[in-house]
Amino acid sequence: MTALITPVQSPARVSRPPQPETAVMLTDISAAYASGQSVLTDVNFSIALGERTAIVGPNGAGKSTLFKVIVGLMPHLTGEVLVHGHSHHAGDCPSIGYVPQREAIDWSFPVTVSEVVLMGRVKEIGWFRRAGRADHEAAEAALDQVGLSALAEHSINELSGGQQQRVFIARALAQRADVLLLDEPFSGVDVEAQAGIFDILDTLHEQGVTVLLSTHDLQSATTRFDRLILLNRRVVADGPARSVLSPERLAAAYGGRLTFWQDGAPITVTADDCCP
Amino acid sequence: MSLLDPFQYTFMLRGLAAAAVVGVVCAVVGSFVILRGMAFFSDALAHAILPGVAVAYLIGGAGGPLLWGALGAGIITALGVGFITRGGKLKEDTAIGVIFAGVFALGIALISSLRSYSVDLAHILFGNILAITNTDLLTIIGFSVLILGCLAAFYKEFVIISFDPTHAASLRLPSEPLRYLLLVLVALTVVVSLQTVGAGLMTAMLITPAATGYLLSRRLSRMMLIAALVGAGSGVVGLYLSYYVRIASGAAIALTTTACFAVAWGITRLRRH
Repeated sequence: MTALITPVQSPARVSRPPQPETAVMLTDISAAYASGQSVLTDVNFSIALGERTAIVGPNGAGKSTLFKVIVGLMPHLTGEVLVHGHSHHAGDCPSIGYVPQREAIDWSFPVTVSEVVLMGRVKEIGWFRRAGRADHEAAEAALDQVGLSALAEHSINELSGGQQQRVFIARALAQRADVLLLDEPFSGVDVEAQAGIFDILDTLHEQGVTVLLSTHDLQSATTRFDRLILLNRRVVADGPARSVLSPERLAAAYGGRLTFWQDGAPITVTADDCCP
Repeated sequence: MSLLDPFQYTFMLRGLAAAAVVGVVCAVVGSFVILRGMAFFSDALAHAILPGVAVAYLIGGAGGPLLWGALGAGIITALGVGFITRGGKLKEDTAIGVIFAGVFALGIALISSLRSYSVDLAHILFGNILAITNTDLLTIIGFSVLILGCLAAFYKEFVIISFDPTHAASLRLPSEPLRYLLLVLVALTVVVSLQTVGAGLMTAMLITPAATGYLLSRRLSRMMLIAALVGAGSGVVGLYLSYYVRIASGAAIALTTTACFAVAWGITRLRRH
């Protein structure tokens, strides 16, 4: 084990009272599918305001589940989720923008690009009302920021993969989200479109938006993110990219190995060498 | 024989009015039904209101509170399916298949104890649009206004929970109550449409016009408009034609919506080439 590896934060270190500078804080989170199968165990981390973090891990590591728990779409069995210091049950929870996995969306749904972006304004519009001028202006500005103004009246199924991702980022912008979650935004997106998405995320970073992104593509995550959280049903490693992506850590997350914790320090036990 | 012949009969005029109103409501509600993949659910629901109708029949005969019986059964089953499929233990269509066949059989069993069994069953299954009274028509219009009003009031929320449930959750929208409301609206629509095409041909009003609109437009509002025109138009044209062709009015209406769909499908094929 090299000295470069930052030890995973133990639950004891994370379980402190919510700090105002914390955007997202997860304490002892575990979650399971409706079938009872466990997905996440003892997940602990906290994301600072404005921090850019990538959650990396193999398929089936529980990345989407983790995001659903943060958003409040899926219940967690234990622990606590705080977004800007508020739990889901509090009334004045801050706004979370969610860019769903491409596979989670029915692209043949008959909506236009501008209609999707306007969906980000629903809370501002309020019940029993239609979108007003301010809402349309916010939607237009958001589309402009992601460079899709020309396609506003197009149907969403006419867009390329990268454009589809940008539409949902625009929706989060129109929503004026404090925290932006992107679930596998690079799947089915070419390198050029990927660069375009990164440019938008850079701008958001400058504006102080907290960005949390999940990907199984390690290459894209390493260069542009302040921090990586390596996930495989539990947090395998957490820290700057160069330290998290050590061979030992990757093997622990991607190979058939087991990782245990003792006094806050990770100990990797090689149980199997099946996957190089 | 004049082309205006059918219009001299009051029962025909009432039937035409009912067909037009029901055509619009079914098309608009049906648009959400097909976008949410609930076509099978709505068809099954149409059958599951049978025991409610039967019980109302047993209580009050032909003049009994049929509509309210159907309404009660419809809402109970809609909520029941919503509840049973919530845990995710059974796939939704499996649960629907099991529950509705049982409930439908219960309805047939109840109706079969009546003396006028075959006539009554035929009316419930295939509609009896020419027997619509003034009270029936007013009830249909009243419920239609209620259904369309609810859809208009919660339109943007219904679109969000149908298109992107995760976004609905991140906005803290009450997704579950909205989903149940939509189920109840589908049940109401089915009940209101029962007299026009009957339980057996319900999907011809609920699904076919909406599917036609879906083929012809990539925008939900326009899809609903086309669907409403197809639904109302088919209701009127189908009933009108049945006067001359001498076929069952419900079947005539259902065949007309199907013909509209076939034309729309042909248009989309041509567009692609």
